Order: sequence, then C-alpha cells, then structure tokens
Amino acid sequence: MLRQMKFLFYSGINMIYDLSPITLTFKLAFITTAILLLIGIPLAYWIAFTRRKIKYFVETLVSMPLILPPTVLGFYLLVFFSPRHGLGKFLESVFDIRVVFSFTGLVIGSVIFSLPFMVNSIKSGFQNLPSSLSEASYTLGKSRFQTLCQVLLPNMKPSLLTGIVMSFAHTIGEFGVVLMIGGNIPGQTRLASIAIYGEVEALNYAAANFYSLVLISISFIVLFMLYISNKRVSQVY
Amino acid sequence: MVHINCKKRLLSAHGSMDLSADFSVSPGEFVSFFGPSGSGKTSILRMIAGLMNPDEGFIEIDGETWFDSLKKFNLVPQKRRVGFVFQDYALFPHMTVRENIRFACEAKNDFSFVDELLRVIHLKELENELPLKLSGGQKQRVALARALARKPKILLLDEPFSALDMEMRIQLQREVLDIYERFKTTTVFVSHDVSEVFKMSKRIFILEDGKIVRSGLPQEIFIENNLSGKFKFIGKIVDIVKDGFLNILVVQVDNNLIRVVATDDEARGLNIGNNVIVASKAFNPIIMKY
Repeated sequence: MLRQMKFLFYSGINMIYDLSPITLTFKLAFITTAILLLIGIPLAYWIAFTRRKIKYFVETLVSMPLILPPTVLGFYLLVFFSPRHGLGKFLESVFDIRVVFSFTGLVIGSVIFSLPFMVNSIKSGFQNLPSSLSEASYTLGKSRFQTLCQVLLPNMKPSLLTGIVMSFAHTIGEFGVVLMIGGNIPGQTRLASIAIYGEVEALNYAAANFYSLVLISISFIVLFMLYISNKRVSQVY
Repeated sequence: MVHINCKKRLLSAHGSMDLSADFSVSPGEFVSFFGPSGSGKTSILRMIAGLMNPDEGFIEIDGETWFDSLKKFNLVPQKRRVGFVFQDYALFPHMTVRENIRFACEAKNDFSFVDELLRVIHLKELENELPLKLSGGQKQRVALARALARKPKILLLDEPFSALDMEMRIQLQREVLDIYERFKTTTVFVSHDVSEVFKMSKRIFILEDGKIVRSGLPQEIFIENNLSGKFKFIGKIVDIVKDGFLNILVVQVDNNLIRVVATDDEARGLNIGNNVIVASKAFNPIIMKY
C-alpha cells in the first residue's frame, strides 16, 4: 500500500499533466457563481417577500435538483437543447450557438443544478432580517431597490457568502450533469471530475490521483476560508 | 391638520377584530393612544405610515390625501412624510449612528442638520459607533433622530420606551418632550403605560378592542370627576402591608416610592400592580427645594 502510494506520488511529479481540466473547472465555477448571484438575488427576494401562491411552485422547481439524480437533469437538457429540433435547432440556426457538448451547455447545466444552493441561502438571509428594517427604510423614503441594495444586502453578508461558496464548491464537484450535457472533449468540456473518471477507466491512477488531490486541496481551502470569514462577519452584528 | 377615518378587519389571537379609527389631530399637537396590547394601537400607526392598508376610509394629512378607498388612492409609504419610531428601534446595523441619521436626510449634504440632531440626542461623541455598541436608550434616541431627520409631517412613536428600564424610561420621556418642544412636530404616541401617557400627551384616546371609547385631556380621562383634589398623581402599587388597623400601601410614582395609609374600605379591591390615583384634598402639601 505504502509502496503503491510512493509510486503514485513520484510518477505524478514526473509526468506532465494536462492542466486544462483544472482550469476549465474553475472557469466554469466562476462563471456559474457569477450568473447565479445575478439570478439568485432577485429570485430569492421574490420568493421571500411575495404573497402569491405561485411561489410554492417556483420554490419546488428551484429545489428539484437537490433530490433528482444529476443524470435526469442532464438527460432532459440534452433532449431539450438537441440541435435536431426545438430550441436547440433554433439557437443553432439563428445564433449559431450549440449548447450540447459545449462550454455553454456546461454553464447552463451548472446554473440549474446549483440554483437551490444559491437561492435557498439568500432566501433564508432575507427571511431572517426583521421586517422593521425594510419598513423603516420605506418610511424614510427609500425605494424597494434602494432598500435592497443599501439596507438588506449589506446586513446578510453571511448568507450571501454561504450561497456563493456553496454554489462554487458544488459546481467544482459536479459530475452527472456535466457528463451528460458536456461529454468529454479535452479543453472544451473535460472537467476535472470527468478527467478523474476517464483516467481511472484507463487505469491511469497517477493522473487520477493528481486531479483528485488538487480538487481536495482547493475545496478544503475554500470551505475553510468560508467558515473563518463567516465568523468574522457575524461578529460585526 | 390630520384627519383619519379608517376601518380595518384585523386577525388576532382571539379571532378577528374590527378596528375603527376616526379622529383628528391639530397641527403640532401631541396625542396618545392608550389601551391594552392587541387593541389596535400599533395598527393605527401602521395605517398612517402606509405599512398596512385600511379596508376602507381615508387618511388626510395637512390637506394632502394619503389614502382614500373611494377614489382607490393609496400613497406609497415612501411618499408619505412620516417619522416612524419602531418598538425594536430598527436601526440599520451596518451603519454608524451618524450614517443612520444621514440615511434619512433627503439632502445628502445637510450636515448641519445631522449635527444638530446628534447634539439634540446627546450622542455627538458616539456618532461613529455602530448600533451594536449602544445601550437601549441610546438606540432609541438614534431612532428618534433618524425619524426627525426626514422632517416628517407627523411623528409616529410605537411604544418607544417599552424595552427600557424605569430610570431610562423617565429620562427619555423627558427628552422626547424636549425634542417635541423644539421641533413642534405633530406626534402620535402609542403606549399601554398609564403614567407615561398621562405625562406625555396633551390629548388621549382610549382604545379598546379596536374602538376609541373615550378621548380628552389626561386629567379628564384618568382622574375621576368627583375628586377635586389639590394635588394628585398616578402610581403603581408595589406592596400592601397590613399593620394593625392600618393598610400601608407602597406606591411607586416615577422612580419614587411613597407610603400611603389606606382604610380597609379603600384598600379593598386593591392589589399589588394596580394603578392608583393618590390625591389629597384637605391639606396643603409641604414643598421644599430638593
């Protein structure tokens, strides 16, 4: 066992690995998190404060990826964006955008798949603020948008941070969805998680080990920083 | 001049209640709503501020209509010039004392007014502190200054002293009156504390189960007419001691404890915690400089 580990370690150093799965993974995670933040804040705001019954329907839809096997989502995205018919055909013929087996497809899949992590944390952030805070802001003449930006969001930094880090980390760890919609094209859709699977299948344990170690270290660092900074932020309030 | 005539069905723990508020307030007047919790006091303030919509009726402030169910008109809270002081202060935790007050100013560079308000509430030295560092009384003063910073047409005080201890309460009551004397803003004050309402306001509305059952001057409301006492005050019974033929009541008035002798007849039906009027008819009280 020890000899095996030693062998893996040294051969890992000696070999030159293709780093593109790692960089691609982080590029995807950054873009996905940025898009989720833009969608997540208004969506969570609406869910937290609307009194319309349709919100339960929307909430359910948002949370579906939590219980569905990722392959189910990936399968339907594949069907939905297939260039042979419907939306996929339209996108390809009019805008020359191909979603399946492309980076765009990965982004769409990841955004949907990580949506509950972003929306649910921001939503509970909104709901935990006392309602008198926004009411006070309204009586002081501030619009809903001003209140959101100047009063609500600055007072829920821990929830925002949790949403960001959870979405980011979750996107890094994705496998099923991205495999289904993205496939395994080196440099385009071959993410670290897929590369690991591929290397193991090819009995190339050293490469799998390298990718895995990088993922483990970075995930650990990200979560560790989250908990440290979250503590600091919550001490202010 | 403030005219309000509103009806609203409220859902409470004891089922639904019909709130009906029909009253006027003269410009610069300080009026109070007094009643047990759940009688609809806070709802009246929320309807004036636009945080709650009446089912029917109208709200008119200084000739401006803020709400009119017949014309289907409802001014958003942002456009109503109210100063609302919340029971839980509702200060913005991420802003300093100064920033909280400046946030409410319409002219962003109105520094002199912010400075004036900071001086009025005696918090000039703490202007750069976050609300977290302040005591309850200090927080409430900031909330008051913030409400005034908007230069409101009407100031709404929702049980502003309920979370404070007795000493702080009395001090703040005095300060609120000082501030009122200074700015003369039309003020509606809500409380369930008799002595507070009695001391603070020029006119009192008694609210029970959503209806204004009585209104008038504090003396008319709280002091029985058949009592033409030379001096009288309202206090709370803290203790009742039976000493031979006598009953000695310990009554708290503001933060003073007073011992009053009561006959069996007078003491019957009085319990610790009751609010009572202590009055003297026959003798002149002795007054000395303290």
